[in-house]
Amino acid sequence: MSVRLTDAEKAMLDGRDGKARQKAMALLVRYAEALGAERFVDTRNVAGVPGSASPFLQQYYAGQDEAGLDAIFSHFDLDSDELVEVPQALVPTFHLQGGADPRQWQTLGVKVEVFRNYQEREAFAARHDVSILKTCTPYLAGNVPAKGEHCAWMESSAVIFANSVLGARTNTEGRESTSAAMLTGKIPDWGLHRTEHRYGTHRIDVQVPIESVMDWGMLGYFVGDAVQERIPVVVGEFAKPEIVRFKHFGAAASTSGGVEMYHIVGVTPEAESLEMAFGRNSPIESFTYDRAEQRRVYDQLNANASDPNVDFVMLGCPHAALEQLRDAAALLDGQRVSANCNLWIFTSRAVESEARSNGYVKAINQAGGVVLTDTCSAFAQALPPGTKVAALDSAKQAHYLPAILGVQAWFGSTRDCIQAALTGRWSGERP
Amino acid sequence: MKVSATIVLRGRGVVGGRAEGEALVTRHTIPGWGGVNPQQGVITETRHELRGKSFKDKVLVFRGAKGSSGWSAMYHTARLAGTAPKALVFNEMTTKVALGAVVMRVPSVTELDRDPLDLIETGDWVIVDGDLGIVEIQKVDK
Repeated sequence: MSVRLTDAEKAMLDGRDGKARQKAMALLVRYAEALGAERFVDTRNVAGVPGSASPFLQQYYAGQDEAGLDAIFSHFDLDSDELVEVPQALVPTFHLQGGADPRQWQTLGVKVEVFRNYQEREAFAARHDVSILKTCTPYLAGNVPAKGEHCAWMESSAVIFANSVLGARTNTEGRESTSAAMLTGKIPDWGLHRTEHRYGTHRIDVQVPIESVMDWGMLGYFVGDAVQERIPVVVGEFAKPEIVRFKHFGAAASTSGGVEMYHIVGVTPEAESLEMAFGRNSPIESFTYDRAEQRRVYDQLNANASDPNVDFVMLGCPHAALEQLRDAAALLDGQRVSANCNLWIFTSRAVESEARSNGYVKAINQAGGVVLTDTCSAFAQALPPGTKVAALDSAKQAHYLPAILGVQAWFGSTRDCIQAALTGRWSGERP
Repeated sequence: MKVSATIVLRGRGVVGGRAEGEALVTRHTIPGWGGVNPQQGVITETRHELRGKSFKDKVLVFRGAKGSSGWSAMYHTARLAGTAPKALVFNEMTTKVALGAVVMRVPSVTELDRDPLDLIETGDWVIVDGDLGIVEIQKVDK
């Protein structure tokens, strides 16, 4: 065994803290060995989907629970062959997206028995002290880790935000490792937990103006494809991005590749200068992002769309920030969504509540749009009945939706998408 | 099927055990959630070179993992559905592929002394020993 355990970790592995924590530690040791990690770090910030279940998992484990013992958490989350009693979360743990909107689940086409299962799984997590954020944007809903804080987060778009924008430290964890961390407060000390692995590896020179959220999304999609899972350093003259632009850039870069951390020189906290961003590394490869590349990305994201008759517009990937709901309400501007089209905007429960207070939800509803929480079309595999052609303002959603649900998808700006919702026709233009 | 040559690669075992099977090779990174159908064991990502191909019972030889943090859960689900690969041989270590290999419970090897993507072709017979960190390639006459 290459991983060294502290006395407390050994005791946990020996079962001193109960069977579930023993199984969790055993899984973490298998995982650390696979990585080649030498030790664990302590974490008090876990974001995952503990105990959640797709209809497949529900059916697979049906009838295997025993009094007080949870088959899904035991067998799937902890990958344990033995059924164990699940104790409370040991450290603060947050539930990411999943399930269905608690009030408008029928809009999503969720069957009543499936919704009841989602409610049961949510109650299971809540009983174990998991905070029910139900969002892919925990950083917009109350979990904002500090610079240097060791976290164990799932959700690639949240991981890249935490590392790059906040300077927190997390690898892209998975379902099983976050559930194990919830019970142990441990995660392998590997990759982005270690300073030497946080420096840039590739250089991206941006030679085209980057302004809108759409511009940032396309740049992110380019960067991810170029560097795959390495660490890009972005250099260029552009206005400093803020939360929404970071959100769309990171979500795209973690979708077309596996980027978990990036630097933007002069912008992100570990990149005050080019030297600081690269540390002792020299760039392995440099890429230039110019107008031609930008057009290539635009064409890739629109590759499977040909029918201009849009019957579905989906915004909120990753979950909309308050200002995006404000913008959507403003762009709708008292007009009505076309009778041939549906408009769905996804966000977190927290932001939905804020947007309700500001009147944005009412304005969107009055225009015929719907604001939904907890999930999104790709995640829930939910579309309005009969949807053939979607319009999206997220490169991430445009990447996933055609692959998952087989629809055509147009990609463009939020304005292009709202225009499509109002007219039922796509009129977005290539940059 | 006639074996024309045997090549042995040495690396680091990621998950122990021994398995053998027909190779399915890609130089692309492999997606998890959103790019794979675990119930059918098929890659579904729109522009992936393995789109529509099944990895069930194959020795999957690939660059690494990409995309969603739902990677491990998808391949874990594939194990339950009986569609998982028999073994993994890959080049680039990430948390996604490490955790995925662990919960798939299939012999897995990385950090090989020669690039498996240069030496293994789809259809070759490959034996993976995750305890010893050895990959044996039996080139098949075509």
